[in-house]
Amino acid sequence: MEAASVAAAPPVARRRGDTLRRLISTYGLIIALVALPVLYTIIDLVHGRGLVPIADLLVQGISNGAIWALIALGYTLVYGIIELINFAHGDNFMIGTFVAFTLYGTLGLTLATGPLGLIGGLLVCLIVSMIACGATNVMIERVAYRPLRNAPKLAPLITAVGFSFILQNVGILWFGSSQFSVPDLIHSQHVLFTVAGVRVHNSDVLAVAVTIPLVFLLTLFITRTRIGKAMRATAQDPEAARLMGINVDTTISFTFLMGGLMAGAASLVYALYQTTLWYFSGFQAGLIAFTAAVMGGIGNLKGAVLGGLIIGCLQQISDNRIGAQWTPAVVFAYLVLIMVFRPQGLVGEETREAG
Amino acid sequence: MSRLARLRDLRRGNLVVAVVALGLTALLPFGLDPTGNFMNNAVLALAYVVMALGLNIVVGFAGLLDLGYVAFYAFGSYAVGWLASDFYARVNGGKGFHLLVNGFPATLAGIHLNFLLIIVVAVVLCAVVGTLIGLPTLRLRGDYIAIVTLAFGEIIRVFAFFGDDIKFSNDYLLTNGRQAISPVDDITLGFLPQFDSATNLRPYFWFGVVMVAFVLFVNFRLRDSRLGRAWIAIREDEVAASSMGVPLVKTKLLAYATGGALGGMSGAFIGSYYTSINANNFQFGFSIFILAMIILGGLGSIWGCVVGAVALSFINTYLIPALNDIPDKLGLNFDFTTLSFGIFGFLIVLMMVLRPEGLMPERRRRLELTEGVGSDEALVEARA
Repeated sequence: MEAASVAAAPPVARRRGDTLRRLISTYGLIIALVALPVLYTIIDLVHGRGLVPIADLLVQGISNGAIWALIALGYTLVYGIIELINFAHGDNFMIGTFVAFTLYGTLGLTLATGPLGLIGGLLVCLIVSMIACGATNVMIERVAYRPLRNAPKLAPLITAVGFSFILQNVGILWFGSSQFSVPDLIHSQHVLFTVAGVRVHNSDVLAVAVTIPLVFLLTLFITRTRIGKAMRATAQDPEAARLMGINVDTTISFTFLMGGLMAGAASLVYALYQTTLWYFSGFQAGLIAFTAAVMGGIGNLKGAVLGGLIIGCLQQISDNRIGAQWTPAVVFAYLVLIMVFRPQGLVGEETREAG
Repeated sequence: MSRLARLRDLRRGNLVVAVVALGLTALLPFGLDPTGNFMNNAVLALAYVVMALGLNIVVGFAGLLDLGYVAFYAFGSYAVGWLASDFYARVNGGKGFHLLVNGFPATLAGIHLNFLLIIVVAVVLCAVVGTLIGLPTLRLRGDYIAIVTLAFGEIIRVFAFFGDDIKFSNDYLLTNGRQAISPVDDITLGFLPQFDSATNLRPYFWFGVVMVAFVLFVNFRLRDSRLGRAWIAIREDEVAASSMGVPLVKTKLLAYATGGALGGMSGAFIGSYYTSINANNFQFGFSIFILAMIILGGLGSIWGCVVGAVALSFINTYLIPALNDIPDKLGLNFDFTTLSFGIFGFLIVLMMVLRPEGLMPERRRRLELTEGVGSDEALVEARA
């Protein structure tokens, strides 16, 4: 009896701590995410600048975030199926930007090209860079990850890091190690229209116009097609999927292809949007997109898009208000905060890795 | 022979190998030009050995993939930058603050501490930083740890880069960014000839040998201790280790702290060897450089790490520049030295695919790697 009553006492105290912990894990991250925009909105209001400046930043943030969302989809798809952080994904995206830029030259796209030619040319660029990134991604999986499928989990991650460096150096060989600018084909900073004083640029429209159909198609592909069903089955239980007659290796290759296609699309949008490229942009973009994927809940497509948009907004606010040089630190601080408060992400379920 | 006796023999063997190898290494400078290029590279190779052995504790023993190891290099170096230069020239009303230094630095403004004290500071600082970096990763496993440590490494790089924007007051900056904190004091120790990076590199070399000896001792003793066995247990199976009574939090944090401390020690040494603390050195690539060393040698294998570190640092300084003729002969126009990290990346992939246990594998690690390969359940097991 005595033992039972002694044992019964601690759970009460622990339960109170648990409530606090649950509150923190539910709302802590959201509060941290909202803190930055709210802070600068208040500062703006106090200085009598109104809501327009912050809304401007949010519009740019959403279009910027659309690019991160496309890259984040690649991380999330791959993680969902083989629980591996495809570290080389960002650098694959960088290769895509270089392919797109090379195609400008091949197709003769310049600032003087007429609108019809431009749209046609850019469509070709989009398709080619998507295929290039997709193919690279499948190749990396074949060479660096498939031989290690039975090895300890550290091994494929290390080869992923190795491949990230290989791709970066391919980039250096291709266009040198300094930044270079590409022609601003779509006049990205031209204000297309304004809504209540908030400016919307060409680039914003482009990013959203490419991202929404692609995400829609990807969702359709995964939910409606046979191979999409195979992907979901493999993600759930590879062994059972194999027993049901699914070719697991092919399915995994397909997943890498899908991720690569999204990164390829993002790379053209990025080249048109930023108009400055270099071999290291992929590494940075990859880390930002990975943060987005984790923020949404890795393995979750909707989460990746949501995370991309949020990170895009935070990044714009940080770029313009705190200073662009501190943005990486801000983004990574958020990454650490996510890991502390809510490793499963905003809309994700608990995974084995981040329980 | 009983198992215990065999184990004792093995240990004695390690001791003999260490004494002979380090003894021969210590004699090396007598046959060499004291300011030569080889001497310079050899000193750096010794410092990298210390770094690799430190990272080996975190990645090799405890199985926590740390991609932000450059953070400890940065903190170790800045310990020297802050405490052995005229960077904080206004301290103590411009008269400077001196502790156990003699000779020229004792006459300068700024903070000047004895190098041995700085090493202690760097070790303590990096142990604390290591613990702080480790804290958020405690609930995580595997690849998430890699990303969080990478994020910390990048945050610290950003602060090092733009630290000249952070002012405590007008005279006290955090770092000097890419302008570098320079010059920092030459090391002055009573029992070795005067350290001077311009005229005589031998004292640096000998100091490096002593450091390597110390770190080897720490590594071997730790590996065979209760703590070392706990690290290896966590690496092999965290859940099983935990249910056998291994305290996960304490054990993991100790791995981060120990690994970090050794990194800081080497960082302080490299910092004062370069005589300038430049934020450009603290890039992500450095973490991968060190990681490649221990992968090359064999994760978890102490002698492997030594061999890997020496091999890779000489590949970096000799083999890659030597390869520079090849593109010319093939009619291509590029510089191999700019591609050194691509080559390290290639090496990492190659090692992992062809010989994941490294050049000088640890027996236990090899067993882990080959276990379950080829069985039907392998994929499921690898994921669970």
